[in-house]
Amino acid sequence: MAQIKKAEGFIDWLDQRLAVKAFMRVMMSEYWIPKNINFLWAMGVVLIALFAVLLVTGLLLLMYYKPDVALAFDSVNYTIMQEVEYGWLWRHMHGVAASATFLIIYIHLFTGIYYGSYKKGREMIWLTGMVLFVAFSAEAFSGYMLPWGQMSYWAAQVITNLFSGIPVIGDAVVIWIRGDYVVADATLTRFFMLHVVLLPLVILAVIAVHFYTLRFPHVNNQDSVELDFEAEAKTYKEGRVKESNVVPFWPVFLSKDFFVVGFFMTFFFFLVCYHFDFAMDPINFEPANSMKTPAHIYPEWYFLWNYEVLRGFFFDIGGMAAMDIGLIAFVFANTVFFLLPFLDRNAMNTAPAHKRPAFFVWFWFLVVDMIVLTVYGKLPPTGVNAWVGFFAAVLFLGLFIVLPIITKYEAKKGEKA
Amino acid sequence: MREVKILAIVVFFTAVTYWGVEPYAHSQMHPHVAPADFGFKEMAPLHVNGNADNGKLLVEANCIACHGIKSLGLEAPMSPEDAASSYGVVPPDLSHAGVIYDKNYLAGFLKDPVRATKLSHKFNDAKPYAMPSYGFFSDQEIADVVAYLNNIGSSPISDKAVFEEACGRCHSMKYDALKAQTPSASMKNYLGAEAPDLSMMIRSKKAEYLTTFINEPLKMVEGIAMPRVGLSEASQQQVIAYLEKVGDRKKAERESLGLQLIGFMAIFTLIAYLWKVSIWKRAA
Repeated sequence: MAQIKKAEGFIDWLDQRLAVKAFMRVMMSEYWIPKNINFLWAMGVVLIALFAVLLVTGLLLLMYYKPDVALAFDSVNYTIMQEVEYGWLWRHMHGVAASATFLIIYIHLFTGIYYGSYKKGREMIWLTGMVLFVAFSAEAFSGYMLPWGQMSYWAAQVITNLFSGIPVIGDAVVIWIRGDYVVADATLTRFFMLHVVLLPLVILAVIAVHFYTLRFPHVNNQDSVELDFEAEAKTYKEGRVKESNVVPFWPVFLSKDFFVVGFFMTFFFFLVCYHFDFAMDPINFEPANSMKTPAHIYPEWYFLWNYEVLRGFFFDIGGMAAMDIGLIAFVFANTVFFLLPFLDRNAMNTAPAHKRPAFFVWFWFLVVDMIVLTVYGKLPPTGVNAWVGFFAAVLFLGLFIVLPIITKYEAKKGEKA
Repeated sequence: MREVKILAIVVFFTAVTYWGVEPYAHSQMHPHVAPADFGFKEMAPLHVNGNADNGKLLVEANCIACHGIKSLGLEAPMSPEDAASSYGVVPPDLSHAGVIYDKNYLAGFLKDPVRATKLSHKFNDAKPYAMPSYGFFSDQEIADVVAYLNNIGSSPISDKAVFEEACGRCHSMKYDALKAQTPSASMKNYLGAEAPDLSMMIRSKKAEYLTTFINEPLKMVEGIAMPRVGLSEASQQQVIAYLEKVGDRKKAERESLGLQLIGFMAIFTLIAYLWKVSIWKRAA
């Protein structure tokens, strides 16, 4: 039992019981971050800000939303958008923040790849980050169904149907996911549960683990220089702040993050009020109608690269059905990023991509290919579009197949030098 | 400098992706069509001046057996339900028909309704259109009817009233408590499709698309059941304004609040920047 004395004030009272001062030191004022970083290192805090926006606006929307196929559309588009004071604002913020979250996740992910922050002790950061990506994807997909618009319904119909490709149990899995033979009320209510309870709980837990995984390997820096954090911290605490290569999380690192968050949120509110169609597809303002298939069915923009890998294989190859090849490629695309730390066979070289010529080329091929997949994932898959999609999908798979080879080669060259 | 360069790269790739999935993809999915034609030029215009007095006689003898003219105190001869089951659809009230529809269109419609509405894929000799053709009228008589309808409908008409006359026979506007005059079961029987509720149409189709679509639905959607209604440009703008009033009621609030939110965040960003500079000068 701790020695409890008469408190000198409220903080001291708390400190005696909860050790708040030590806690703040560990989490904030003596959590050391390298000084040699750029604004890309602020993406994590931008994501936290966006997640907070999603959580708060989500709670507000939840007070009026009705998860029932007969009521959902009107509860969103009439009650929330028109009757409730500023209901439209919460909905626009929620919808746009979901899209913006994925933009920042992709920037965050490519930053991690470019600066080699996924390996040499940082594998767990990468893996928990990928778990978050999957959890956010499920969260976004389930949320998109809730307004029960045309694309809510048809995207759900198409995406849940993908599971029928699983051998033997496929059809049963589809019915299990939908809770019915077709996407219907039972589907809406279970996706509602996933969206507002189960997935947010998972996301909150994994965010905590993701932060925790950072503590031991420490945050990377833009030259991937290995720092002796204890020595650097000592230098800093002795007052030789200019000499030290680290800064404390609070207030130094966060002061810059606040600026980056502010910069991004200024743009965010422009999107929320004036330019929201990219995140709130107009077609979803049409009520779900199982009798009327939309001319073009496509997922939200952040799933398009994935969708195009699936769709890119549009003809049978060697007796294998196009759909099966597509599904295998789709499963590959969704798991291969998890394996990145292990596909990179030059595990000890954490230099940023511009200091690794072959990897540098690989990186930019990946970025461009994923953008091509994203764009062609939305275009109608006819004529030349289908072929561009096919080759982009093949290139995507190929890039991950050659990665071990080029990194192995790089490692060998490194040994000789 | 390095950060500016990185920002430029991030912005570049974001912008390319945005361009590809939004403006470019949409231009590919919805190929460009000719703009709305409010002159209804493919129908030969009348080259005679109408005589409204004679038009009055013609309307009384030919039109009011089915149509009401409420502005003159003439109620429709049948209740909407009876009219719908007799004709398939409730015949429109003619109070403002001479004003909200284009004159040229109206003349073309009287002569050959199926051709004017572009519904030949729905109606033919086997399934005749509810409105009979007045092709047996002379050009002078047609012009007289048009002139009379134009005379009686001269008072200004609200956006909502244009919607009710031009669209409300088939379409509901749930969010403004307007129910289609024709019951939806009759509609389905009549045109082979239910007419959708238009409450959120302004958000799902957008004003730009609607401008071309309402003017000539068949141009935008192959085989669609919706007729060309022949609204004049001004009346059609009134319809779109009404759709916006109902479906995007908070637009004005959104656009004014947007400036305040952006302003607030810009000030926050400036203060955050100054704070960051002062901290990094001292502590880093």
